[in-house]
Amino acid sequence: MDVGTLISNPVVAIREWLAQLLSNLGLAPQAADVILMILGILVIASVSLILPLFLIWFERRVVARMQDRIGPNRVGPQGLLQTIADAVKLLIKEDITPIGADKLVYNLAPILSVIAVISMWAVIPYAATMVGTTLNVGALYLVSVGSLGTLAIMMGGWSSNNKYALLGAFRTVAQLVSYEAPLLLSLLVPVILARSMDLNTIVRAQNVWFIVAAPIAALIFFVTSVAEVGRTPFDLLEAESEIVAGFHIEYTGMKFGMFFVAEFLHAFTVGALTAVLFLGGWRGPGAEQAPILGVGYFMLKAFAGYFVVILMRSALPRIRIDHMLDLNWKFLVPLALAVIVFTVLGDKVIGEAGITSPWARSGLLFLVNLVLAGLVYAVLSGAARRQRAEEAAGQAHDGQGALAEAAAHGEAGPHAAPAH
Amino acid sequence: MLNEWTFIGLFLLMGAIFPGVPILLQSLVLGPKKNNPVKNSPYECGIETVGDTWVQFKVQYYIFGLVFVVFDVETIFLFPFAVAFDQVRLFMVVEVVIFILILAGGLVYAWRKGALEWV
Repeated sequence: MDVGTLISNPVVAIREWLAQLLSNLGLAPQAADVILMILGILVIASVSLILPLFLIWFERRVVARMQDRIGPNRVGPQGLLQTIADAVKLLIKEDITPIGADKLVYNLAPILSVIAVISMWAVIPYAATMVGTTLNVGALYLVSVGSLGTLAIMMGGWSSNNKYALLGAFRTVAQLVSYEAPLLLSLLVPVILARSMDLNTIVRAQNVWFIVAAPIAALIFFVTSVAEVGRTPFDLLEAESEIVAGFHIEYTGMKFGMFFVAEFLHAFTVGALTAVLFLGGWRGPGAEQAPILGVGYFMLKAFAGYFVVILMRSALPRIRIDHMLDLNWKFLVPLALAVIVFTVLGDKVIGEAGITSPWARSGLLFLVNLVLAGLVYAVLSGAARRQRAEEAAGQAHDGQGALAEAAAHGEAGPHAAPAH
Repeated sequence: MLNEWTFIGLFLLMGAIFPGVPILLQSLVLGPKKNNPVKNSPYECGIETVGDTWVQFKVQYYIFGLVFVVFDVETIFLFPFAVAFDQVRLFMVVEVVIFILILAGGLVYAWRKGALEWV
């Protein structure tokens, strides 16, 4: 085996070596395939389940820094082992199932929430040659397994036989289900630009990062994905100050821990998906020749996205439920529809005009997006002006009414008094 | 094709085993087992819960669910179009734009009917 290949392209090199080894052992090629698959799954699944141990530490440190604290720094170097200590603590806690809970659904919910997040990592390309599997419907697969997470939260909240948990589940219906509509619509834009639903093809199509050709869609995708994770400012489903802990209030020990693993991994997945769909995934100088570099670029971009998610969490207050729904249905959904119309028409016209240079195409689409942004600004500022005018008119009316009333009372008082 | 979906199937299975093992380890082996009725009662700030937990939903949640289904299904129709974008001509693109406008008309209808208001 060539050492250079092993370093620059380790997964393919090891895979070929193992395949050789297995066929030398006299296994049928199909059996060898299945064994290799299981090995690959073990690697991806264990990496993505060990990753949250680090993510939780990272997030606690960043949030602490934002709040002028130090954060966990006692267990291990810089507090790195804190999460492992927490996990061990969770492992030796008592397992409590509340009376009257729907046992099967109650126990299935935390497992399902982890499945929903972890199975997204099966199709995310880490590098040119490193991807769990290439599905030709990858983008659709992401959405479908992602909505399993919504189901898990609803199951957990409903089956706990607790009113706070049920309220959390109600809010899940309102929030996660609503935000899936603009998420799907904005996911359509990179698919249109790449003409493929396969994530690796989408990455390869990004000679110019799609954030240039579709900045508005990228923004919508990022915001709605953060809402799908259900963390601040969109943490209505577990709002501590309102409904104690929301849907996971009755869970103890490892089941509670699994909800948290799923949440943190999902938050990182948001960064990873934004990187894959809009920031060029594993692309970067030398990533085609040496896929190991691609993993580095991909992780760098994913962590940049995750870092923004953390900053949003520590900087923004919780959004009110009617504002949350208004933001979704009255702003993000119409905007996403408009983005699709503009992108579809713009891309087709550019194609018909014979412009094939990726930079020219992205630049023109960027201009289309700018026009759309201008239109949205005009509509929004017009609506805001109308609303302000109405409010001002209403206040003026109220003020006059109150004055007239006071005057009437003032007059009525002295005049009425002698009559009695 | 079959290979790829075998991978997904095995992945989902493994995704269930990975979180399942620590949960079983905690609840069956490591965790203490000292249940009593008070400990197992549903949490509600120290007082006993009154009445049934599984009460009726507010109708508003169903309406949002319905509007969501409309958008979800219609968007799924757009994905095949996006993949075949190179084969379609400008005329067909205009047809898709009309399709999206009909979808937007549904949104406007729901908006005007007050289905999007949180009450």
